[in-house]
Amino acid sequence: MTGQQIIFLAVALFTLGSGFMVVTTRNLIHAALWLISTLFGVAVVFAILNAGFLAVVQVVVYIGAIAILFIFAVMLTRKDMRDQGPQTNQNWWVGALIAVLVFGGLVFLLQGWNGLSRTAADIPSGFDAVAELGTALVSPAGYVLPFEVASVLLVAALVGAVYVAFNRK
Amino acid sequence: MVPLSWFLFLAAALFSIGLFGVLSRRNAVAILLGIELMLNSVNINLAAFWRYGNVLHMEGQVFAVIVFAVAAAEVAVGLALVISVYRKRNTVIADDIDMMKW
Repeated sequence: MTGQQIIFLAVALFTLGSGFMVVTTRNLIHAALWLISTLFGVAVVFAILNAGFLAVVQVVVYIGAIAILFIFAVMLTRKDMRDQGPQTNQNWWVGALIAVLVFGGLVFLLQGWNGLSRTAADIPSGFDAVAELGTALVSPAGYVLPFEVASVLLVAALVGAVYVAFNRK
Repeated sequence: MVPLSWFLFLAAALFSIGLFGVLSRRNAVAILLGIELMLNSVNINLAAFWRYGNVLHMEGQVFAVIVFAVAAAEVAVGLALVISVYRKRNTVIADDIDMMKW
């Protein structure tokens, strides 16, 4: 077992444990904080995969913006849910069953795929993943159209969010 | 070197945890937290397939970036809806938000 595998296992356990706490902890502020540690674990996974740009964006966008947005939303809507009453609905065991079945099904599907034990080829020397990603995002031969559609979607969603949450009184 | 399967199993487990959160939590904000976990597991898959496929093709990272944008849009709209419902109905429990139920 190489050092990279040990690091991966530690990060994976940390990520899954934090993710489990996100869905089970009672206090929603704590759930949002556990979400931050889960997102950080995923950022480390991106770093292990040599996707440095994704790791940085994960920290900046997810932890810096989305998780903070969650904490704001929890603070604006706390009240009755904090200390009393169950946090899960009556059919939570159905949800748990479906989740376990989905995981089992995915593992079953993956077991039958022959590319599963593939190992990564070395990144060619002189290959700049960030520059390649930037070129692919804005070149007409690449993905400029999905990129622009994503930006329009983001603008529309943010304008819509302001409109929906606007207090008219 | 870590084999590809480890990343895929990690993503599958994270997806299942998020799915459990979405299906079982009562609080609407907690449901959105579960959706975030599921979107993150998809991103792990995209990055893993980029790294273990042909590195010179950037599709995996490009679509991971687009998933980031979609996740940000989804969270903004979702939390705005939750806050708007909380103002009007004074609740964030998904079971109680049944105005459109016939």
